[in-house]
Amino acid sequence: MSRILLLQGNQAVVEGAIAAGVKFYGGYPITPSTEIAEQLALRLPQVGGKFMQTEDELAGLGTAVGASMGGKKSMTATSGPGFSLKQEMLGLACIAEIPVTIVDVQRVGPATGQPTSPAQGEVMQSRWGTHGDHWVIVVSPSSVPECFDLTIRAVNLSEKYRVPVIILMDEVVGHMREKIVLPDDYSQIETIDRKTPDCKVEDFLAYGCEEGSLVPPMAAFGSGYRWHVTGLVHDETGFPKNAPEATVNCYNRLRDKLMDNVDDIVEVENYRMEDAEFAVVAFGGAARTAYEAVDMARAEGLKVGFVRPVTIWPFAEKQMKEVAKKVKGILVHELNAGQYVLEVERVVGKDCPVHFYGKYDNSSATPAQMLAEIKKAMG
Amino acid sequence: MSVMEDLVEKYFRPGRLPHIWCPGCGNGIITGAIVKAIDKLQLDKDEVAIISGIGCSSRSTGYLDFNTANTLHGRALPIATGLKMANPKLKVIVPSGDGDATAIGGNHLIHAARRNVDMTLVVYNNSIYGMTGGQYSPMTPKGSKASTAPYLTIEPSFNLLELAKAAGATYIARATTFHVPTMVDVIAKGIQHKGFSVIECVTACPINFGRQNKAGSAAKMIEWQRDHAVMMGAWTRMTDEQRAEAKAAGKFPIGVLFETNDVQEYTEAYDEIIKRAQGGK
Repeated sequence: MSRILLLQGNQAVVEGAIAAGVKFYGGYPITPSTEIAEQLALRLPQVGGKFMQTEDELAGLGTAVGASMGGKKSMTATSGPGFSLKQEMLGLACIAEIPVTIVDVQRVGPATGQPTSPAQGEVMQSRWGTHGDHWVIVVSPSSVPECFDLTIRAVNLSEKYRVPVIILMDEVVGHMREKIVLPDDYSQIETIDRKTPDCKVEDFLAYGCEEGSLVPPMAAFGSGYRWHVTGLVHDETGFPKNAPEATVNCYNRLRDKLMDNVDDIVEVENYRMEDAEFAVVAFGGAARTAYEAVDMARAEGLKVGFVRPVTIWPFAEKQMKEVAKKVKGILVHELNAGQYVLEVERVVGKDCPVHFYGKYDNSSATPAQMLAEIKKAMG
Repeated sequence: MSVMEDLVEKYFRPGRLPHIWCPGCGNGIITGAIVKAIDKLQLDKDEVAIISGIGCSSRSTGYLDFNTANTLHGRALPIATGLKMANPKLKVIVPSGDGDATAIGGNHLIHAARRNVDMTLVVYNNSIYGMTGGQYSPMTPKGSKASTAPYLTIEPSFNLLELAKAAGATYIARATTFHVPTMVDVIAKGIQHKGFSVIECVTACPINFGRQNKAGSAAKMIEWQRDHAVMMGAWTRMTDEQRAEAKAAGKFPIGVLFETNDVQEYTEAYDEIIKRAQGGK
């Protein structure tokens, strides 16, 4: 049995979190993500989970990291200024490989910017926000139903790869209300739990991987496997190690555990691309305009298709190269002054002209505006 | 074998010693006292989590054979809080320095106290940032020299325990590295106390505080602790006038300064929320 509901994107994230088995949320109120906290405060205790409104953004992610160390699937949500504050803790989650899901409902920045207006200014911050070399997964939903599905996927990926996963939303998607069909019973939804060790306690190596895997099993604190979490560079024992070889091994595994599995992680949707001679690339809330602009172009006989990266990071390198082989040009549309487009240019700029339509006037593009940009780019 | 050697064998991780602390540093005495308190209470190592931030004292977690974490500067308390929420059965202890706990982690400190989460915060107060080489902290006495206060500090220092109490901590205690049995006793009581416990352990940093302030050798600095700490019993028996005089002379009370069991512990209170949300099941 299922329910037909009219939900906000933020509310759909909450239901996705419950369905994914999230049992802890720590966070601080901030527009335009606050509904996630409000709704989880209501929903989590109903399923035996716990919600905390923390003293600040740092503690929001901090408590989530701590709860994850205790074996619970954990989450936090925020927006621009809060996302900046969370970067330090995100780095700890990266290096110590603590699974956690972080929602960033983007607004106009920097600083206070425009709290209730849409923007996609954190594309690069979501990849590079914390200091030092690190690797994360970033996904971006474009609709309310996708907020539900992608939240489940984000939690699953974080558990599977022991990595922070960022759900990069924008104000449009967070606050938009759409029809969504949810199952009454979430127990049939596929969820992934982190692998836990089954070796003898004395044989346990905190960051020792099983043959053929780059993701070490993770023991919950209190499970009988005593280990040490550290933000220092460490070897497979989990204890700090300064040696160059141990250092490079530590980083390489953090990279390879994701980059060797991009086929599992990276998801891209193609729309009317079969015979397309020109492609629009957009994601999140900005993708909403692109579907309609492409339909309008098609109605005028222009062979335009649409490519929507659902996974923003790791970058959809293989998929973008395939697109570039097929089309005569690409138009990247983002609600910022040019971030994702840099990556598209890096990967396919030599094979295919890459155009950019950036909008950073605190409003989404209309399909007519985008169609004009498409025509301009197509010459 | 001495008692301490037995405890090292039992509670310290093999191969992780020697520690990084300077000769004369009191951090080993405090870390030893934590272990003695755990041994006194006969806690199961699997059920103890020791979570630290960053600084000299925070490095203690790497040496100890429990569920341990050496996290981010000032952020041990939120991580410890999340862990405690995930598994309330764990006994959670947070070793922290004066800078870690009261400067960069000050906001987390007051809110952990306000919530009354069942955790034990042990502040290694050496009055200085040791790891970075002797900069003043919020607990450096006014008028001290520090590498960032070549003309002496003009900032008054925090009274950690009054701060914690005002914020809602339900157990506060103090000891010095001269008074080890007292330290073991107040840490053990703090672990047993169901609520947020704050224990200030006064310790010497002969290298980075002592040298700049001509405080003498490590032994001299420990003698200073002996001469300035007053047992809580004696402190309370003083007349107001005598106490004022003692304070003016730089003296301070040690022992359990305050304890109340009248405030509900946070994870217990949250369990009631879960019951309410599930319709009183």
